[in-house]
Amino acid sequence: TASKCDCTLKLMFLSFGTWAVDKGNFKTCEQSAFCKRQRALKPGESPYRALLETMELTNTRLTLQLINDNNKVRLLLELYRLQGNITRVKINELKPLKPRYEVPDVLIREPTTEPLSVLSQDENGVVLSLGVESQRVIISARPFRLDIMEGSDVLMSLNSRGLLAFEHLRMRKDTQADPEAEKKEEADPTTKEEEEKVEDGMWEETFKSHTDSKPNGPSAVSLDFSLPGVEHVYGIPEHADTLRLKTTDNGDPYRLYNLDVFQYELYNPMALYGSVPVMVAHSAQRTTGIFWLNAAETWVDISSNTGSSETPQTDVRWISESGIIDIFIMLGPTPKDVFSQYASLTGTQSFPPLASLGYHQCRWNYNDQEDVKSVDAGFDEHDIPYDFIWLDIEHTDGKRYFTWDPHKFATPKEMLQGLMDKKRKMVAIVDPHIKVDGNYKIHNEIRSRGFYVKNKDGGDYEGWCWPGSASYPDFTRADMRAWWASMFAYDQYEGTMENLYTWNDMNEPSVFNGPEVTMHKDATHGAWEHRDIHNLYGLYVQMATAEGLIQRSGGVERPFVLTRAFFAGSQRLGAVWTGDNAAEWGHLKISIPMCLSMGLVGISFCGADIGGFFKSPSTELLVRWYQAGAYQPFYRAHAHVDTPRREPWLFGPENTALIREAVRQRYTLLPYWYQLFYRAHVTGEPVMRPLWVEYPQDLATFALEDEYLIGRDLLVHPVVEEGARGVTAYLPGKDEVWFDVHTFQKHNGAQNLYIPVTMSSIPVFQRGGSIIPRKLRVRRSSTCMEHDPYTLYVALNLQRTADGELYIDDGHTFNYEKKEFIYRKLTFANKVLSSVNLAPDAKFTTDSWIERIIVLGASKPSKVTLKTADGQEKQLEFDFDASMSVLTVRKPGMNAGADWTMTFQ
Amino acid sequence: WLLFLLLLLLSVGVSAVEVQRPRGVPLSKRQFYEEGKPFTCLDGSRTIPFDRVNDDYCDCQDGSDEPGTAACPNGSFHCTNAGFRPTFIPSSRINDGICDCCDTTDEYNSGATCQNTCRELGRKERESLQKMAEIAKEGFLLKQQLIHEANRGLEDKKAKLGDVQGSKKDLEAKVEALRTVKEAAEQPEREAKERHLKAWEESARMAEVFLELDDDADGFVSVPELLSHSELDPDADGSFTEAEAQGLLGGVDKVDTAAFESIWSNVKEKYMSESNADTPAPEETSREEINEPVSDNESDQYPDDDIPEDEDDDDEEDEDDDRDEHEYKIPPTARTEEKKDDDEGAMPPYDQETQNLIDGKNAFKTELFNFGFGICFRNLEKEISFDFGPSSEFAYLYSQCYELTTSEYIYRLCPFNRVTQKPKFGGSETNLGSWGKWAGPEDSIYSVMKYEHGTGCWQGPSRSTTVKLTCGKETVVTSTSEPSRCEYLMEFTCPAICQEPPNLEISSHEHQEL
Repeated sequence: TASKCDCTLKLMFLSFGTWAVDKGNFKTCEQSAFCKRQRALKPGESPYRALLETMELTNTRLTLQLINDNNKVRLLLELYRLQGNITRVKINELKPLKPRYEVPDVLIREPTTEPLSVLSQDENGVVLSLGVESQRVIISARPFRLDIMEGSDVLMSLNSRGLLAFEHLRMRKDTQADPEAEKKEEADPTTKEEEEKVEDGMWEETFKSHTDSKPNGPSAVSLDFSLPGVEHVYGIPEHADTLRLKTTDNGDPYRLYNLDVFQYELYNPMALYGSVPVMVAHSAQRTTGIFWLNAAETWVDISSNTGSSETPQTDVRWISESGIIDIFIMLGPTPKDVFSQYASLTGTQSFPPLASLGYHQCRWNYNDQEDVKSVDAGFDEHDIPYDFIWLDIEHTDGKRYFTWDPHKFATPKEMLQGLMDKKRKMVAIVDPHIKVDGNYKIHNEIRSRGFYVKNKDGGDYEGWCWPGSASYPDFTRADMRAWWASMFAYDQYEGTMENLYTWNDMNEPSVFNGPEVTMHKDATHGAWEHRDIHNLYGLYVQMATAEGLIQRSGGVERPFVLTRAFFAGSQRLGAVWTGDNAAEWGHLKISIPMCLSMGLVGISFCGADIGGFFKSPSTELLVRWYQAGAYQPFYRAHAHVDTPRREPWLFGPENTALIREAVRQRYTLLPYWYQLFYRAHVTGEPVMRPLWVEYPQDLATFALEDEYLIGRDLLVHPVVEEGARGVTAYLPGKDEVWFDVHTFQKHNGAQNLYIPVTMSSIPVFQRGGSIIPRKLRVRRSSTCMEHDPYTLYVALNLQRTADGELYIDDGHTFNYEKKEFIYRKLTFANKVLSSVNLAPDAKFTTDSWIERIIVLGASKPSKVTLKTADGQEKQLEFDFDASMSVLTVRKPGMNAGADWTMTFQ
Repeated sequence: WLLFLLLLLLSVGVSAVEVQRPRGVPLSKRQFYEEGKPFTCLDGSRTIPFDRVNDDYCDCQDGSDEPGTAACPNGSFHCTNAGFRPTFIPSSRINDGICDCCDTTDEYNSGATCQNTCRELGRKERESLQKMAEIAKEGFLLKQQLIHEANRGLEDKKAKLGDVQGSKKDLEAKVEALRTVKEAAEQPEREAKERHLKAWEESARMAEVFLELDDDADGFVSVPELLSHSELDPDADGSFTEAEAQGLLGGVDKVDTAAFESIWSNVKEKYMSESNADTPAPEETSREEINEPVSDNESDQYPDDDIPEDEDDDDEEDEDDDRDEHEYKIPPTARTEEKKDDDEGAMPPYDQETQNLIDGKNAFKTELFNFGFGICFRNLEKEISFDFGPSSEFAYLYSQCYELTTSEYIYRLCPFNRVTQKPKFGGSETNLGSWGKWAGPEDSIYSVMKYEHGTGCWQGPSRSTTVKLTCGKETVVTSTSEPSRCEYLMEFTCPAICQEPPNLEISSHEHQEL
């Protein structure tokens, strides 16, 4: 759902007809006092010095004090070596006036540490061994600096530009009448520093009509990182920008502050709905990552010496408004190492129910039960599969979530049963703003339990959102989340059934009349200010909701929850979409880098609103979006309430057929998507990934964002240009061959291939050397295809080998955790195709069988023999298309979970 | 089509004897599937052994070898549905656990427990068809009546129109007198207005032409500059000589703006603007855009009965006239700027004399339109001009309104006039569209009414309503919805749409016997 624009915006709209974000509603660095203050610091003047004599080394950590020579404030540095080639550096005030916020609930566990040892030490510094591969940390004392080395190479340096800054908590000048404080100051010689000058915005800050009272004063933290040898950095979503991050020298830094941005603009560093403070740096030699664990407003500056004659280097600087410095340096060295290092900290992608990988039909709004029924019938009439139909805010009784409009949705169970009869499901929206209404059970309960976020004066925080006046539950409280989760029980959330799932929108949180359309920073969550936790709020909302869906099924069923706001760790909780985009070609195009960026930092289940949320797409754009979306992880069409209807069959039979074909392609590939999500769940690898992840040495791939890989084996170059006659796809790998999945035409790797396109074209290639399972019997929903047979697409490489996997489970429960699944390795080598059990201790049975094997790049055999586990052999019939070198084996018939070998003689 | 359906049901009933053929094959294609003989795909693409028909593997491109399994992506399955209507379903719905055929034949191996509902469905359908047939029959009778009444009404109205025309003559003298007075009063006003406008326009165009001609922008139009405009050739002989050009400039080599004014008459008739080629298109659209809200309010398309409103209409008409003058006479370049007073290109305000005349006009206007007869006259004319259907069967809807109250709103359909929506608990009425046209498909154009140009939507189109007509004894709005924002859909039953039902007596009897 869109945020509502305020009235001035509406007026602007009418008078100028402009169509873009109103940038004036959101802060620039200059308008954000701490960012301005921090950015004004000059490099090379670091006041920080390491007090080596304070160094303590235990089995698990090293601690060391730092002192700011200007104000004598001491900091405590902690350094940990973590399992899996990760180094953690924490910096906090040694004696803060009051505790500073440390982000909880993001790390899945306290990371396992490994021992550190001192290699050498003198008055200038300390050299520590990191335990592996001659990796060392050099701590320099004056000024303080950290260098992480491998052999003679510097992998990363911290505070090398001297931009470490840590604004210590202090008493406000005009409140220093407090005699306690004065006494303390006299007693403690370290506080007799030269007085720092008080700048504007330290104790109060006003943006537009909103004043931030800042009772704790300045509290920003900042640190710089140098990355020698690095020219490409990625990640730190969410921004509507290129995959490869740009330097920010001539503009604002990238901003991470979850915001409901009305009609966002493309290609700029403005903050959007979610934040993952993780940057991935890549060069042909190494991939590393920086995870800056801080949930406050954060800005990231990037500069680079590209173009100069020096060794390439990228410098990065992180600035956050409050909290502490807590960083995880993931040292790779490969992209997949970084993914697994990050996954070891924050967890992996949740394993979604299989059906949620199908197609989702959404609109703000399907008006009533009759409407839902007729749209559902439309899909059958036009023979287009879909799994989920969605209800936006209008389905509720006056925007009171957990309720149904008594007239339009009078009998929700009847509606849900109707969908269930067709093996389809529904998603209904539940937003975190709660209507302030004494007759609303949810509100009364939250209020009486004291679960609402409080305003700076201690009352329940109230803001304006869809229902009018609304309050916001304090999702940072575990007891609040437990209560919220309990509201999803079938007897609490009336009218619901097991095929109803949930969508959390507006969870930045969006507050229409708040500063930057979000919550006041001086609102409080218990002991903490909203300032400290802001970027975490959305994650907590989704966490509580997903927990609710799990609990209502007694822990049996996997949840499906879509969220708009997110943070590091949100990948564990469900799906994310790119928010309120627009029906423009540019928005279709940017959906690729936006989802790739999220995938790199763990969030694989990403998609953009098909067709574009705002405005009405041209038919061509809509068709192209359906085609592109079919090959992105989360596949949902959505539309703004003010746009004309755009169900797939409303654009004439030709376009209906094009959309049908795109959706059907998606459904044939569901087995592949599903097993990739299983892998993502196990390993943390992104499902949709940039080419450089698989071709890390191929410089030509480093900035590609108009094509990508699904898993390792499918390369997709969707058509995202209006009136396109062709696209040029880069096929990587000089030893690779790629097969057009539609024509089976073989192409060599390491070339730019021009592909002429028509309106039906979706350029997709299967890598030679891979085996991809598909289900070609596309039915009206994924659940209807559960028992259907598989066709294996075996694409041979130059060595005439191939391998792949086949993962099968019940598709919707947590029983896979109890080893109830089939996981097989498929291998083609020496003219033998075989299926071997990858998980011998796992148990699951399937009705599905192998109905067809298609070998691409094959030569003609004289016979094909199948040998099953019981030792039986049978000759199989086959077809050979000599023009395309495609061999089709007819109906081998073995069960998909069985051992077998097939010999091509 | 009712008859057709009934006959179809009937034939199914009769042929419900099981004929041996592969699963999913319709009787009509039975001959292609001969047990034991090789099967040729229906597209002729290949021939396969018969045991590969329905063996759960797709051999034929057209899916014809697997009529009874889900193996082919493009296949179809035939359900006999004895007792109901036979049908084809996509092969993908075979054994998917969902009962699609009422005879349960699509779910033979999925574990789904389907009930054979064909007889029940058949009975229900027959009942409902019968009911519809009855409604159609009664509705059609009513329709005949309506046609009769409409024709009589039309005659009445024509007679009335005659009467009115008679009295019109009487009144005409009076009106003529008044009109003379009015025109006498208006004449100076109009003339002054036109003079003012023309003069302004003329000088605006002159200035524009001067600038266009003055290629080197030296403040003079010279002979060479003129020569590039061959259309100005005085004798149009195809050669525009310097002497001729000089002649146009009044015998000199170049003229400044002041001098240009004196030779303007030499040039203005023939001159073709360089920019003329591209200006008209954008001009067109901008005019349409600006005109749109005007036509929205044009309730004079449909006169209401009360006089005061009609007066308003006339006010609008007058304003429209004024507007038209502006639109068609003001040069394109000035159009968009006319709203801004301080703009250089804008028409200067009327001089005092003209303004006085304009003000004075109102008194006469009021007097003239106090004569009510004109309204009545135009009403009748208008009414007679509507398309009330081939036999005027929809005429009775005219000047009627039908309401439907939902939980939030009262919807009001006034056929051939407009559709409105009013909040149930107070609030102002919203126009959901004024009568536009009959908009049904070609074969039944009178089955859909379209009401257009209602109140505009923010960021959207102006509201419009599609009214779907179905046959019924009662004339009543049965439902409303808003499938897309600001696009309303209304279901409306009335006898006027009823078609003559086929004689069903015999067939329904036979059904009883089946």
